[in-house]
Amino acid sequence: MAFFFFLFALVALAGAVGVVVLRNPFYCVLSLVVHLIALALLFLLLEAQFVAAAQIVVYAGAVMVLYVFVVAYVGGGDRPELLWRAGARQRALAIAFGAMVFIELAIALLGTGLKALDTHGAKLPADYGSPEQIGELLLNNFLLPFELASILLLIAAIGAVALVGRRGGLPGDEEALAEITPDRTLVNPVRPAASGTMAEGVGGYGITTPMPDPVTDPAARTLREDRS
Amino acid sequence: MNINWFLIVSALMFALGAIGVLVRRNPLVVLLCLELMLNAGNLALLGFSRMWGDGDGQIFAIVVMVVAACEVAIGLGIVVALYRRRLPIDVDELRELAG
Repeated sequence: MAFFFFLFALVALAGAVGVVVLRNPFYCVLSLVVHLIALALLFLLLEAQFVAAAQIVVYAGAVMVLYVFVVAYVGGGDRPELLWRAGARQRALAIAFGAMVFIELAIALLGTGLKALDTHGAKLPADYGSPEQIGELLLNNFLLPFELASILLLIAAIGAVALVGRRGGLPGDEEALAEITPDRTLVNPVRPAASGTMAEGVGGYGITTPMPDPVTDPAARTLREDRS
Repeated sequence: MNINWFLIVSALMFALGAIGVLVRRNPLVVLLCLELMLNAGNLALLGFSRMWGDGDGQIFAIVVMVVAACEVAIGLGIVVALYRRRLPIDVDELRELAG
Protein backbone atom coordinates (compact mmCIF):
# COMPACT_ATOMS: atom_id res chain seq x y z
CA MET A 1 0.00 0.00 0.00
CA ALA A 2 2.65 2.49 1.04
CA PHE A 3 4.88 1.43 -1.84
CA PHE A 4 2.10 1.96 -4.38
CA PHE A 5 1.17 5.29 -2.84
CA PHE A 6 4.68 6.67 -3.17
CA LEU A 7 5.06 5.25 -6.67
CA PHE A 8 1.84 6.81 -7.94
CA ALA A 9 2.44 10.08 -6.09
CA LEU A 10 5.92 10.36 -7.59
CA VAL A 11 4.62 9.71 -11.10
CA ALA A 12 1.80 12.21 -10.61
CA LEU A 13 4.17 14.89 -9.33
CA ALA A 14 6.65 14.19 -12.13
CA GLY A 15 3.84 14.62 -14.64
CA ALA A 16 2.86 17.91 -13.00
CA VAL A 17 6.45 19.16 -13.14
CA GLY A 18 6.56 18.14 -16.79
CA VAL A 19 3.47 20.21 -17.58
CA VAL A 20 5.05 23.29 -16.02
CA VAL A 21 8.56 22.84 -17.39
CA LEU A 22 8.34 21.30 -20.87
CA ARG A 23 8.52 23.81 -23.69
CA ASN A 24 6.58 22.08 -26.44
CA PRO A 25 2.82 22.29 -25.67
CA PHE A 26 2.35 18.86 -27.26
CA TYR A 27 4.67 17.28 -24.70
CA CYS A 28 2.90 19.23 -21.95
CA VAL A 29 -0.37 17.56 -22.92
CA LEU A 30 1.23 14.10 -22.93
CA SER A 31 2.77 14.82 -19.54
CA LEU A 32 -0.65 15.78 -18.21
CA VAL A 33 -2.06 12.47 -19.46
CA VAL A 34 0.60 10.61 -17.44
CA HIS A 35 -0.26 12.78 -14.45
CA LEU A 36 -3.99 12.09 -14.78
CA ILE A 37 -3.56 8.33 -15.01
CA ALA A 38 -1.31 8.28 -11.92
CA LEU A 39 -3.88 10.44 -10.17
CA ALA A 40 -6.66 8.00 -11.04
CA LEU A 41 -4.57 5.26 -9.41
CA LEU A 42 -4.26 7.44 -6.31
CA PHE A 43 -8.05 7.77 -6.33
CA LEU A 44 -8.24 3.99 -6.38
CA LEU A 45 -6.03 3.87 -3.28
CA LEU A 46 -8.65 6.11 -1.65
CA GLU A 47 -11.29 3.52 -2.60
CA ALA A 48 -13.07 5.94 -4.95
CA GLN A 49 -13.50 3.48 -7.81
CA PHE A 50 -16.18 5.31 -9.75
CA VAL A 51 -14.37 8.65 -9.67
CA ALA A 52 -11.15 6.95 -10.76
CA ALA A 53 -12.87 5.37 -13.75
CA ALA A 54 -14.57 8.67 -14.62
CA GLN A 55 -11.21 10.40 -14.34
CA ILE A 56 -9.64 8.07 -16.91
CA VAL A 57 -12.61 8.08 -19.28
CA VAL A 58 -13.50 11.77 -19.10
CA TYR A 59 -10.12 13.38 -18.53
CA ALA A 60 -7.43 11.16 -19.94
CA GLY A 61 -9.81 10.17 -22.70
CA ALA A 62 -12.12 12.91 -23.87
CA VAL A 63 -10.66 16.18 -22.57
CA MET A 64 -7.08 15.30 -23.49
CA VAL A 65 -8.12 14.37 -27.03
CA LEU A 66 -9.64 17.84 -27.30
CA TYR A 67 -6.36 19.32 -26.11
CA VAL A 68 -4.32 17.28 -28.58
CA PHE A 69 -6.51 18.44 -31.45
CA VAL A 70 -6.24 22.10 -30.47
CA VAL A 71 -2.48 21.85 -29.96
CA ALA A 72 -2.14 20.25 -33.38
CA TYR A 73 -4.28 23.02 -34.86
CA VAL A 74 -2.82 26.04 -33.10
CA GLY A 75 0.21 24.31 -32.12
CA GLY A 76 3.91 24.21 -31.89
CA GLY A 77 4.05 27.30 -34.04
CA ASP A 78 5.01 29.33 -31.00
CA ARG A 79 8.12 31.31 -31.24
CA PRO A 80 10.50 29.98 -28.60
CA GLU A 81 10.92 33.31 -26.87
CA LEU A 82 7.20 33.38 -26.19
CA LEU A 83 7.26 30.34 -23.95
CA TRP A 84 9.73 31.30 -21.27
CA ARG A 85 9.95 35.00 -21.92
CA ALA A 86 8.77 35.72 -18.42
CA GLY A 87 11.72 37.52 -16.93
CA ALA A 88 13.89 35.80 -14.34
CA ARG A 89 12.40 38.06 -11.70
CA GLN A 90 8.85 37.10 -12.52
CA ARG A 91 9.80 33.44 -12.54
CA ALA A 92 11.44 33.75 -9.13
CA LEU A 93 8.37 35.56 -7.81
CA ALA A 94 6.09 32.85 -9.18
CA ILE A 95 8.13 30.08 -7.57
CA ALA A 96 8.18 31.99 -4.29
CA PHE A 97 4.43 32.37 -4.51
CA GLY A 98 3.97 28.66 -5.19
CA ALA A 99 6.20 27.77 -2.25
CA MET A 100 4.17 30.15 -0.09
CA VAL A 101 0.91 28.48 -1.12
CA PHE A 102 2.36 25.07 -0.30
CA ILE A 103 3.67 26.21 3.09
CA GLU A 104 0.32 27.75 3.97
CA LEU A 105 -1.51 24.57 3.05
CA ALA A 106 0.99 22.54 5.08
CA ILE A 107 0.46 24.82 8.09
CA ALA A 108 -3.28 24.40 7.72
CA LEU A 109 -2.76 20.63 7.63
CA LEU A 110 -0.55 20.62 10.71
CA GLY A 111 -2.83 22.90 12.70
CA THR A 112 -6.04 21.17 11.78
CA GLY A 113 -8.45 19.91 14.40
CA LEU A 114 -9.40 16.94 12.24
CA LYS A 115 -7.83 14.16 14.25
CA ALA A 116 -9.01 11.55 11.78
CA LEU A 117 -6.51 12.83 9.21
CA ASP A 118 -3.83 10.86 11.01
CA THR A 119 -5.69 7.61 10.52
CA HIS A 120 -6.54 5.49 7.50
CA GLY A 121 -10.02 7.01 7.55
CA ALA A 122 -13.34 5.89 8.90
CA LYS A 123 -14.70 2.40 8.57
CA LEU A 124 -16.25 2.21 5.15
CA PRO A 125 -19.67 0.89 4.12
CA ALA A 126 -19.48 -2.02 1.72
CA ASP A 127 -20.62 -0.02 -1.30
CA TYR A 128 -18.29 2.94 -0.73
CA GLY A 129 -17.29 4.56 -4.02
CA SER A 130 -19.35 2.23 -6.14
CA PRO A 131 -21.58 3.49 -8.97
CA GLU A 132 -24.62 2.49 -6.89
CA GLN A 133 -23.64 4.77 -4.05
CA ILE A 134 -22.76 7.66 -6.36
CA GLY A 135 -26.01 7.33 -8.27
CA GLU A 136 -28.05 7.18 -5.10
CA LEU A 137 -26.33 10.25 -3.66
CA LEU A 138 -26.70 12.19 -6.91
CA LEU A 139 -30.39 11.48 -7.31
CA ASN A 140 -31.41 11.58 -3.63
CA ASN A 141 -29.21 14.06 -1.81
CA PHE A 142 -27.68 16.18 -4.54
CA LEU A 143 -30.32 16.42 -7.23
CA LEU A 144 -30.08 20.20 -7.63
CA PRO A 145 -26.28 20.30 -8.13
CA PHE A 146 -26.65 17.41 -10.55
CA GLU A 147 -29.18 19.29 -12.68
CA LEU A 148 -27.20 22.51 -12.45
CA ALA A 149 -24.10 20.67 -13.66
CA SER A 150 -25.99 19.33 -16.66
CA ILE A 151 -27.25 22.81 -17.52
CA LEU A 152 -23.71 24.13 -17.15
CA LEU A 153 -22.45 21.51 -19.60
CA LEU A 154 -25.17 22.45 -22.07
CA ILE A 155 -24.28 26.14 -21.81
CA ALA A 156 -20.59 25.36 -22.27
CA ALA A 157 -21.28 23.25 -25.36
CA ILE A 158 -23.41 25.98 -26.94
CA GLY A 159 -20.85 28.62 -25.99
CA ALA A 160 -17.97 26.67 -27.52
CA VAL A 161 -19.86 26.22 -30.77
CA ALA A 162 -20.79 29.90 -30.84
CA LEU A 163 -17.17 30.88 -30.18
CA VAL A 164 -15.59 28.65 -32.78
CA GLY A 165 -18.35 28.23 -35.32
CA ARG A 166 -17.61 30.24 -38.41
CA ARG A 167 -20.10 30.94 -41.13
CA GLY A 168 -18.83 32.47 -44.33
CA GLY A 169 -15.42 33.37 -42.99
CA LEU A 170 -14.19 36.41 -41.15
CA PRO A 171 -14.63 39.82 -42.78
CA GLY A 172 -11.60 40.63 -44.88
CA ASP A 173 -10.63 37.03 -45.50
CA GLU A 174 -11.51 37.10 -49.18
CA GLU A 175 -9.46 40.18 -49.95
CA ALA A 176 -6.47 38.89 -48.01
CA LEU A 177 -6.63 35.61 -49.89
CA ALA A 178 -6.89 37.29 -53.28
CA GLU A 179 -4.01 39.58 -52.44
CA ILE A 180 -1.63 36.78 -51.53
CA THR A 181 -2.61 34.17 -54.09
CA PRO A 182 -4.48 35.63 -57.02
CA ASP A 183 -4.85 32.19 -58.57
CA ARG A 184 -6.19 30.70 -55.29
CA THR A 185 -3.66 27.86 -55.28
CA LEU A 186 -3.14 28.08 -51.54
CA VAL A 187 -6.26 27.34 -49.59
CA ASN A 188 -5.25 29.06 -46.39
CA PRO A 189 -2.12 31.10 -46.94
CA VAL A 190 -1.91 32.41 -43.40
CA ARG A 191 -1.69 29.05 -41.72
CA PRO A 192 1.84 27.64 -41.57
CA ALA A 193 2.42 24.74 -43.91
CA ALA A 194 2.88 21.90 -41.45
CA SER A 195 0.35 22.97 -38.84
CA GLY A 196 -2.06 20.25 -37.92
CA THR A 197 0.38 17.45 -38.69
CA MET A 198 2.25 15.18 -36.33
CA ALA A 199 5.47 16.57 -37.78
CA GLU A 200 4.62 19.83 -36.12
CA GLY A 201 3.83 18.28 -32.78
CA VAL A 202 6.92 16.13 -32.38
CA GLY A 203 9.17 17.52 -35.09
CA GLY A 204 9.94 20.62 -33.11
CA TYR A 205 8.74 23.10 -35.69
CA GLY A 206 8.78 26.51 -34.16
CA ILE A 207 10.97 25.45 -31.27
CA THR A 208 14.25 24.79 -33.03
CA THR A 209 13.38 25.60 -36.64
CA PRO A 210 10.80 28.12 -37.76
CA MET A 211 7.90 26.93 -39.83
CA PRO A 212 8.55 27.33 -43.57
CA ASP A 213 6.56 30.14 -45.09
CA PRO A 214 4.10 28.73 -47.64
CA VAL A 215 4.05 31.88 -49.74
CA THR A 216 7.77 32.32 -50.35
CA ASP A 217 9.21 28.88 -49.69
CA PRO A 218 8.58 26.31 -52.43
CA ALA A 219 9.52 23.48 -50.07
CA ALA A 220 6.59 24.35 -47.86
CA ARG A 221 4.32 24.23 -50.87
CA THR A 222 5.30 20.65 -51.64
CA LEU A 223 4.81 19.82 -47.98
CA ARG A 224 1.24 21.02 -48.26
CA GLU A 225 0.66 19.15 -51.49
CA ASP A 226 2.00 15.95 -49.95
CA ARG A 227 -0.53 16.24 -47.27
CA SER A 228 -3.55 16.75 -49.50
CA MET B 1 -1.60 5.32 4.18
CA ASN B 2 -2.78 8.14 6.37
CA ILE B 3 -5.02 10.71 4.76
CA ASN B 4 -2.40 13.36 5.56
CA TRP B 5 -0.08 12.02 2.90
CA PHE B 6 -2.71 12.40 0.20
CA LEU B 7 -3.37 15.96 1.31
CA ILE B 8 0.34 16.81 1.19
CA VAL B 9 0.60 15.46 -2.36
CA SER B 10 -2.48 17.47 -3.25
CA ALA B 11 -0.96 20.65 -1.79
CA LEU B 12 2.25 20.09 -3.77
CA MET B 13 0.27 19.60 -6.98
CA PHE B 14 -1.74 22.74 -6.32
CA ALA B 15 1.41 24.79 -5.76
CA LEU B 16 2.96 23.41 -8.96
CA GLY B 17 -0.15 24.32 -10.91
CA ALA B 18 -0.15 27.84 -9.47
CA ILE B 19 3.51 28.28 -10.45
CA GLY B 20 2.69 27.09 -13.96
CA VAL B 21 -0.21 29.51 -14.33
CA LEU B 22 2.04 32.38 -13.29
CA VAL B 23 5.09 31.43 -15.34
CA ARG B 24 3.81 30.10 -18.63
CA ARG B 25 2.80 32.45 -21.43
CA ASN B 26 0.99 30.08 -23.80
CA PRO B 27 -2.75 30.09 -22.95
CA LEU B 28 -2.96 26.40 -23.83
CA VAL B 29 -0.39 25.55 -21.18
CA VAL B 30 -2.03 27.95 -18.72
CA LEU B 31 -5.23 25.92 -19.17
CA LEU B 32 -3.27 22.72 -18.55
CA CYS B 33 -1.89 24.16 -15.33
CA LEU B 34 -5.41 25.13 -14.28
CA GLU B 35 -6.32 21.47 -14.76
CA LEU B 36 -3.48 20.59 -12.41
CA MET B 37 -4.91 22.85 -9.71
CA LEU B 38 -8.44 21.50 -10.15
CA ASN B 39 -7.17 17.94 -9.92
CA ALA B 40 -5.24 18.76 -6.76
CA GLY B 41 -8.54 19.95 -5.31
CA ASN B 42 -10.17 16.72 -6.42
CA LEU B 43 -7.53 14.63 -4.67
CA ALA B 44 -8.07 16.57 -1.44
CA LEU B 45 -11.86 16.18 -1.73
CA LEU B 46 -11.56 12.44 -2.18
CA GLY B 47 -9.16 12.28 0.78
CA PHE B 48 -11.70 14.03 2.99
CA SER B 49 -14.45 11.80 1.64
CA ARG B 50 -12.34 8.78 2.65
CA MET B 51 -11.76 10.32 6.07
CA TRP B 52 -15.48 10.72 6.80
CA GLY B 53 -16.39 7.45 5.16
CA ASP B 54 -19.40 8.79 3.27
CA GLY B 55 -19.65 9.60 -0.40
CA ASP B 56 -20.40 13.33 -0.31
CA GLY B 57 -16.84 14.31 -1.20
CA GLN B 58 -16.98 12.15 -4.28
CA ILE B 59 -20.03 14.06 -5.50
CA PHE B 60 -18.03 17.26 -5.02
CA ALA B 61 -15.18 15.78 -7.05
CA ILE B 62 -17.51 14.81 -9.89
CA VAL B 63 -19.00 18.32 -9.97
CA VAL B 64 -15.45 19.73 -10.10
CA MET B 65 -14.74 17.49 -13.07
CA VAL B 66 -17.86 18.80 -14.83
CA VAL B 67 -16.80 22.39 -14.20
CA ALA B 68 -13.29 21.61 -15.47
CA ALA B 69 -14.70 20.10 -18.67
CA CYS B 70 -16.79 23.23 -19.28
CA GLU B 71 -13.78 25.44 -18.64
CA VAL B 72 -11.71 23.44 -21.12
CA ALA B 73 -14.39 23.66 -23.81
CA ILE B 74 -14.71 27.43 -23.47
CA GLY B 75 -10.99 28.05 -23.00
CA LEU B 76 -9.98 26.04 -26.03
CA GLY B 77 -12.76 27.74 -28.00
CA ILE B 78 -11.27 31.11 -27.11
CA VAL B 79 -7.78 29.93 -28.13
CA VAL B 80 -9.05 28.70 -31.49
CA ALA B 81 -10.95 31.96 -32.03
CA LEU B 82 -7.77 33.91 -31.24
CA TYR B 83 -5.83 31.83 -33.73
CA ARG B 84 -8.44 32.44 -36.42
CA ARG B 85 -8.18 36.19 -35.93
CA ARG B 86 -4.40 36.02 -36.29
CA LEU B 87 -3.94 37.32 -32.76
CA PRO B 88 -0.77 36.26 -30.93
CA ILE B 89 -1.21 33.12 -28.81
CA ASP B 90 0.42 34.74 -25.80
CA VAL B 91 -1.30 35.89 -22.65
CA ASP B 92 1.06 38.86 -22.27
CA GLU B 93 0.05 40.37 -25.58
CA LEU B 94 -3.66 39.77 -25.06
CA ARG B 95 -4.24 42.66 -22.73
CA GLU B 96 -7.73 43.37 -23.95
CA LEU B 97 -10.11 40.72 -25.18
CA ALA B 98 -12.75 43.16 -26.41
CA GLY B 99 -14.00 42.61 -29.94
